[in-house]
Amino acid sequence: MSARTVQRLMMGFYFVLFFGFLFGPLLVMAVTAVNTSQYPQVLPFEGFTLDWFTILLEDRNVVEGIRNSVLIGIFVVLLSVPLGLAGALVMTQIYVRARSLYYLVVVSPVLTPGVIIGISTVIFWRDVADSIGSESVYNGLFLATLGQSTFISAYCMLIFLSRLQRFDQSQREAALDLGATHTQVFFHILLPFLKPAIFSAAVIAFLSSFENYNTTTFAILADKTLTTVLAGRVRQGTTPAISALAVLIIAVTLAGAVLYEVLRRIEQRREEGRARAAAVAERAELAGEVAPSAA
Amino acid sequence: MTGLRGVLILGFPVAVILAFWLLARWERRRSNDPQTPSFVADNGWPVAVFLVAAVSFWALVMVVLPQLYMVDFSFHPKLPSSQRGGPRDVYTLENYQYFLFGSTRSTANWNVTHITAFWLTIIVSMGITALNFLICYPLAYFMAQVGSGSQVRKLMLLLIIPYWVNELLRAFAFNILFGTSGVLNVILVKAGVIGSPIDFIGQDVALYSGLTYAYLLVMMFPLYNALESLDHNQIEAARDLGAPWWHIHLNVVMPYAKPGIASGCTLVFMLCAGALAAPLVLGGPKTLWFTPIVYDRFYQAFNWNQGSAYAIVLLLTCILFVMIVMRVFRVSLSEITR
Amino acid sequence: MSADVELDDVSVRFGSFLAVDRASLKIAGGEFFSILGPSGCGKTTLLRTISGFLQPSQGRVRIGGQDMAGLGANRRPTALIFQNLALFPLMTVADNIGYGLRVRRVPRAERRRRVDALLQLVALPDQGDKLVSELSGGQKQRVAIARALAVEPQVLLLDEPLSALDLRLRQHMRAELRAIQKRVGITFIYITHDQGEALTMSDRIAVMNRGVIEQVGPGRAVYDDPATAFVASFVGENNRFEGTVVETREGHAVVETSVGRLAGRRRNGLAVGDRALVFVRPEALRVVSDGTSAPISCELASSAFEGNATHLFARSDQGEPIVVTLSRRDDAGAMSPGQKLALDYAAHDGLVLPVGGHD
Repeated sequence: MSARTVQRLMMGFYFVLFFGFLFGPLLVMAVTAVNTSQYPQVLPFEGFTLDWFTILLEDRNVVEGIRNSVLIGIFVVLLSVPLGLAGALVMTQIYVRARSLYYLVVVSPVLTPGVIIGISTVIFWRDVADSIGSESVYNGLFLATLGQSTFISAYCMLIFLSRLQRFDQSQREAALDLGATHTQVFFHILLPFLKPAIFSAAVIAFLSSFENYNTTTFAILADKTLTTVLAGRVRQGTTPAISALAVLIIAVTLAGAVLYEVLRRIEQRREEGRARAAAVAERAELAGEVAPSAA
Repeated sequence: MTGLRGVLILGFPVAVILAFWLLARWERRRSNDPQTPSFVADNGWPVAVFLVAAVSFWALVMVVLPQLYMVDFSFHPKLPSSQRGGPRDVYTLENYQYFLFGSTRSTANWNVTHITAFWLTIIVSMGITALNFLICYPLAYFMAQVGSGSQVRKLMLLLIIPYWVNELLRAFAFNILFGTSGVLNVILVKAGVIGSPIDFIGQDVALYSGLTYAYLLVMMFPLYNALESLDHNQIEAARDLGAPWWHIHLNVVMPYAKPGIASGCTLVFMLCAGALAAPLVLGGPKTLWFTPIVYDRFYQAFNWNQGSAYAIVLLLTCILFVMIVMRVFRVSLSEITR
Repeated sequence: MSADVELDDVSVRFGSFLAVDRASLKIAGGEFFSILGPSGCGKTTLLRTISGFLQPSQGRVRIGGQDMAGLGANRRPTALIFQNLALFPLMTVADNIGYGLRVRRVPRAERRRRVDALLQLVALPDQGDKLVSELSGGQKQRVAIARALAVEPQVLLLDEPLSALDLRLRQHMRAELRAIQKRVGITFIYITHDQGEALTMSDRIAVMNRGVIEQVGPGRAVYDDPATAFVASFVGENNRFEGTVVETREGHAVVETSVGRLAGRRRNGLAVGDRALVFVRPEALRVVSDGTSAPISCELASSAFEGNATHLFARSDQGEPIVVTLSRRDDAGAMSPGQKLALDYAAHDGLVLPVGGHD
């Protein structure tokens, strides 16, 4: 066998191992979700059932956890997207010397271990609550939102920064030249341009918040989110209802991804249609069929 | 308000904003250029106020102040809230003492459990990082340089799908795989390879594999991005000159991909060292991992001050690691973050 | 409603770089005024200073008699057509054109009426609902013009708007722009590096080089009577000979150059012994058959027949390049490379200028 073939075989072997390693656990979990066995296992396979899914949804803790996770997710989106946007805009305008320091400060939460963000948030606001004498601030949902937003805003900021880089400043100038105030430029020109980024940032923010554990487990205090419920369950040794949950999550995310891809394709096709129309107009122009003279 | 802390809460953000504003004005006057507009003029008042308020709140109230508080907190003894700010609330090293010596009073014995856990976490994390890199590099290289466009897209999709599942559930899946009556053991016993089930979990094998698995994607993306921008012609040229493949990788590809490698390694290490979910799920009764110990200081021992001290130790380690990586690989901070 | 524009000793500085050096201009209301110069000469900077994106480091900009100091771009009675057009890609054609009206809170019905009128003016009826990305280059141009005219500016500023267009389209658009200007009647300030464009479209031209306005005047004046060596070379083709002044007379000078003694008109300020340049236009040179008394002898290197004219590319005995343009009528027939030529010109067609600048 030639060296080439050996190399190919090795690569193939590597791929199989790699993706086997990657997907194996998931397949295992999917199987346990439908196994009638009381304890999550793949073998022996005792029977096919969908009961675990219904049991899952009847579990009050799980339902409350989902409710809180969704709520926090929404709040996190509402907080992180504007913060990330502000962060990105300030980054493009801050004077050069401060830029590295500023970048360091706002990006540091991404590199900080999640537990530390959770701990510090709780300690800080505990003291604020004491100082202003109000317990309302010391609330699990509030603190989880704040803690998660600390680093999720940084993700949003990076998304906005990359979109902003492609912004054509001459559009701002054109709008100003036509008489718009700076505030109008922001709302009429900049925000519409950023709409795709706002959407991506919102999706990423929600997903990151939903699946977060390290920060949430400290910040949520006595409340529960889906992830903390899961953690509790998994420690106790569990039923396959948990596997059922995993399968549900995958199914929902897959559906979301497919939807996203379909929408993207549609938009792409529309863009191509427009470009074709422009090309047709160009050719007509060059062929001399220019529109009748204005005067 | 407790005196010093009160001043911190109110004064600090105001001081910082003022400092920035003054520095900006000084900078403008220095550049002597009527062209640089003022911040407010360039944004309009409403937006300018929004920007300053949002960024201050984020950078100061959410990022910096809590960290400062935690540092401060770690140097105070554990006191019920009524006694805070009172005479017993002094600055002390006793929490750090506890970490090292297991007691706030004597320094007679080392706190073997915690110190071992700490070093074990660090060393194992480094090992896992290295292993992670070795596993990911071939695929990243393939996707970046060899694979065709559609191949790469499919591979990318395949890579991302597992990560849509929550990390706890992924760890849980490993639990199923590695448990005493889990898939792996059942297969091995049935095939006659071993006599009785191996306690993968107790031996921490499950945990380490679980950790490696958890952060593969985190290493993959920076690597892929860095490798993708490498001009394939360089590799061709090296091959033409007769260099063997391992030489090419060591001396042409990897040096070029340094920022990506540094980025991936940093992120994986930090996530490993700070991992909470996997050790919780996959850890046996004797598993030593640092972050769960921190967790316990809070929710088992209910000593938040100690917990803060432990958290600070973890934080300092991570910062140190980042700095070492930045120095060794000679990359800057902006190159590390996506 | 149009206004006059006055630049009073305007300088624009970026750090230590002087982009515009003491420019003074008086542009009359309703004029089609061009600023002509090579890239980097400062004309775009000047335009942006008039429109309000830059502040002059010294000097004043006055529009309609009013000092514009401290007024930002959004408060000046100007509208700018950008080189890349800067149309809003997410808005339809109608929304683009109506944007200026929208920010002035013109009610929707009125807006639509005015947008339709403008679409008629720029010959784009029924294109209102299209997106900008569906249009051709020429159509985008018209949208940009309509958008600027919608806000009824007193001065319209155009930054090399035709440079991205195909040649034939460019020529058509030149005529259109001129026609629109005459119809709307406002002041146009037009920037270009193409001197053919400037000459055909403008009432007056300012020639600019390295931040300095070297000459201002109608096309003929700038072409026939350049004030500086730069203007003489930049506007149109010109032959240039360097030498020393040996004789001066009322309005004339004779200069000893490497191709012999050349005469030409002169403006004041040259004395015998000064270094000078003699400029003779290619179309002013004639090929003469009588060889002995002709002032310039040279050898033909190549020729180009362009239909209505023939260009002869020759070299003097010292190797200096000389270009002659013969109209079809004067063309005596094909010539061969290597042929010896004798050239002559009427003395008043030559121009003598001091070396390095103004007189």
